Amino acid sequence: MVMTLEPPKFKFEPATLAPNEYKSGLPPVWCPGCGDYGVLASFLRAISELRIPREQLAIVSGIGCSSRFPAFVEAYGFHGTHGRALPIAAGIKMARPDLVVVTVGGDGDAFSIGMGHIPHAIRRNMDIAYIVMDNEIYGLTKGQPSPTSPVGIEKKASPYGTVERPINPLQLAISCGATWVARGFSSKPKELGELIKAAIQHKGFSLLQVLSPCVTFYDTYDHFKSIAKPLPAEHNPHDRLSALKYAMEEETQYLGLFYQEESATFDDGYAAMRARVTKPDYGVREIMEKYMR
Amino acid sequence: MSSNTLTVRVGGDSAAGGIVTTGEVFARIAAYAGLEVYTTRTIPAEIKGGHVMFQMRIAPTQVWSQGDELDMLVAFDQESIDRYFAMVRSGGILVYNSNDSKPSMPDGITQYALPLNELAKGINFQRGRNIITIGALVKLFGLSFETATDVVERQLGRKKELLDQNLLALKTGYEYVEQNITQTAPYHLQARAGATKEERLVLSGNQALSVGAIAAGCRFFAGYPITPASDIMEFLAAELPRVGGTMIQAEDEMAALAMVLGAAYGGARAMTSTSGPGLALMQELIGHAAMTELPVVIVDVQRAGPSTGMPTKVTQGDLRMSVFGTNDDAPHIVLAPVSVEDNFYQIIHAFNLAEKYQVPVIFLSDQDMSVRMQTIPAFDLSRVKLEPRLLWDPDGGEKYQRYKDTPNGVSPMSLPGMKGGQYVAEGLEHNAEGEPNYDLEWRTTNMEKRARKVRLAVQEVEALKLYERFGDPDAEICILGWGSTIGPVMEAVERAQAEGIKVAVLYIKMIYPLHHALIEEFIAKRKAIIVPELNYVGQLARMIQAEFWREVISLRKFGGTPFKTREVYDEIMRVHAELKKSAKKPVAKKVTAKKGAPQKKARR
Ligand SMILES: Cc1ncc(C[n+]2csc(CCOP(=O)(O)OP(=O)(O)O)c2C)c(N)n1
Ligand code: SF4
Ligand SMILES: [Mg+2]
Repeated sequence: MVMTLEPPKFKFEPATLAPNEYKSGLPPVWCPGCGDYGVLASFLRAISELRIPREQLAIVSGIGCSSRFPAFVEAYGFHGTHGRALPIAAGIKMARPDLVVVTVGGDGDAFSIGMGHIPHAIRRNMDIAYIVMDNEIYGLTKGQPSPTSPVGIEKKASPYGTVERPINPLQLAISCGATWVARGFSSKPKELGELIKAAIQHKGFSLLQVLSPCVTFYDTYDHFKSIAKPLPAEHNPHDRLSALKYAMEEETQYLGLFYQEESATFDDGYAAMRARVTKPDYGVREIMEKYMR
Repeated sequence: MSSNTLTVRVGGDSAAGGIVTTGEVFARIAAYAGLEVYTTRTIPAEIKGGHVMFQMRIAPTQVWSQGDELDMLVAFDQESIDRYFAMVRSGGILVYNSNDSKPSMPDGITQYALPLNELAKGINFQRGRNIITIGALVKLFGLSFETATDVVERQLGRKKELLDQNLLALKTGYEYVEQNITQTAPYHLQARAGATKEERLVLSGNQALSVGAIAAGCRFFAGYPITPASDIMEFLAAELPRVGGTMIQAEDEMAALAMVLGAAYGGARAMTSTSGPGLALMQELIGHAAMTELPVVIVDVQRAGPSTGMPTKVTQGDLRMSVFGTNDDAPHIVLAPVSVEDNFYQIIHAFNLAEKYQVPVIFLSDQDMSVRMQTIPAFDLSRVKLEPRLLWDPDGGEKYQRYKDTPNGVSPMSLPGMKGGQYVAEGLEHNAEGEPNYDLEWRTTNMEKRARKVRLAVQEVEALKLYERFGDPDAEICILGWGSTIGPVMEAVERAQAEGIKVAVLYIKMIYPLHHALIEEFIAKRKAIIVPELNYVGQLARMIQAEFWREVISLRKFGGTPFKTREVYDEIMRVHAELKKSAKKPVAKKVTAKKGAPQKKARR
């Protein structure tokens, strides 16, 4: 089969597959006990419940332990370069708005080398769910501090303790105008599965930070358990200031949906513009004629 | 200089406005009158203020370079006279603003004084000085006032009120000459018979490239503004949505190419364009596209210097980065067009090669041919053949293997949406399924597979005629070049031929990989190989030396302006004289040799 100019048009039927049937068969390469296992399990359950056909799903990642994720799911995947997962995913989504596009990766990938892309995905409201597995460390490169590591963390690359303060990704996303922001925890698989479902269902850009400990280089299980709490019942996720207030809380890491709003996506906006300017019987010949003397 | 070509330079301060417009509009008037036009311009990097010049060469038949000296200088201010008067040939013309400058009266230069400020004041249109000048030029050169009116209406007719003012200005300049200047200009260029009936385009290399991209089926573009490539992005911003495509201005060049990778993965024919600094930022992703075997086209409109080094000046200095860039070995293709017109045809080849071989293709244009407006024959759309991507057949019954090895290395690709075609575009070394695998066996098989595709692509050079060959096939002296230097080379070779000196010329358009047989055969029996290029180290020259073990004469210019015909001609003559002197000893010169190369001029 060869292609002309445009990808074929696909029709997608809702799938009826168990979570296990979304496994690629490739066993994850993560250390036993790595938080990312929990994220993967919750993810498989979420897409099974959403009945997303395997061929409609595109999972894009950057580089890191967490970024090995796409290989473990039976779906279309893209294992990109360090930090560029979001623009790759945006390219897929713009060329193929019919797909469900999910981006996954670590805190280094997302908030250090790839940080520059987040505000732009937000301002475009690209219809992409971004799941960041935050272990507050660089796992794959064997334990250097990351932008979310706490001040004073002593690692090989910071033998006398870091002096930089950590970034607060949720505060940042909310301030940038993100239309969907939440935090989950790999040890709370049920709640995490629900958040992943909601992130995918949200029309627009959704940022889901998942506390997902690295047992090998920075074991934060006990720490996360002691500071993670569900958002209080009175929090209204349509209230941006309230969302910001809870996101800024540092002693407690609240879990749940911080913020959500309905807003036009890039695809909606671009398609509407395209419909306005598209001309019938317009092509190369007509474009060339504009330059005819 | 023969009197049937006319080289005009217009100079002034950009803050005064309209210098480039004056040039462009006058060039178009000539084009609409059936003449052939070749333009050059330098604009300051500053937004407002700074000296600007626009040069055009007009002739009844196509010309191939900007011209070495001026037949006429149109000076809006004294600075333009100071800068360029020395370039006016004896017997040439100076048109100057008599309200601004009082040039001395050297012999042999005809001078026409235009009281531009007064004329503009008279019609209450201070910014109309440029159109007044055009009116005057039209009268001086005996061009048709109707054609001029027509062009002004087409080019400047956006707002009715302003158009009326412009038309009045045109008339004012025209009538001023009619009533006050009794001398006639020595130029009355006659179009060839029937010339106005031919389908001809007036456009720049960037515009030709953009039309070509759309013809090539490009339906996704992501880019980031950078001179001189931004025109491409802006062109596609206007045209892509109209043909159902998408153009996005990315947040940086890495994002731009990443988006293009994503779109290509999704099935679109996709492209980005940038200049050297952007190409530097894209290097990692180019390597990734080679590894994941994604068809993407990356246009680099070369300009001189890093970051904002010399953004409005030309270079051919990104050859090395294009060929030898990226991490590790990353088989890919580098193409380079040679002219404004060629941008259209070669960008189509770039897309076709990218899609057919599932590789990144870097397309090296340059500042000179990108902004230069020129008359060229209308594009032959019947020549446009689209090479489709080899897609996986979901009904073939086999379990899908994205990176399955094949005789030509090209593996059928599945697209998201195809049931059973799921795979990961894997940047890690992988097996046939695309699963990460660093085993020696897979690494070897796959590197070989990726390289094989590109090796086979080289064989297309003949079928697609990715080269230009002219001159005397049996000449002892040859010129081997690439890119926009072909124009002055063509004219220099013609001049040498007129004096009985034979030169053979080969311009290659696939810069990487090199077509060995073609080049080998071409250089084999020559006594001297001249490699002209616009960079400091002689990037192609060194590549030729390294790959073919032959000494070459590297003719370099790196000052930011194109070669003059004379500079190439002088080098041919120098080499010819040396060959004669040492009839037995072949004349070979190390690339580091300085003698004879016009570097000193370039350094001005
Ligand atoms: C351009 C580039 N720079 C650096 C690296 C090395 N590198 C690989 S993964 C990584 C950090 C990963 O950290 P994170 O994103 O938090 O993922 P984790 O391993 O913790 O899941 C780095 C620096 C690389 N692969 N590419
Ligand atoms: S090193 Fe840490 S992050 Fe990486 S797999 Fe092991 S536990 Fe997980
Ligand atoms: Mg991490």
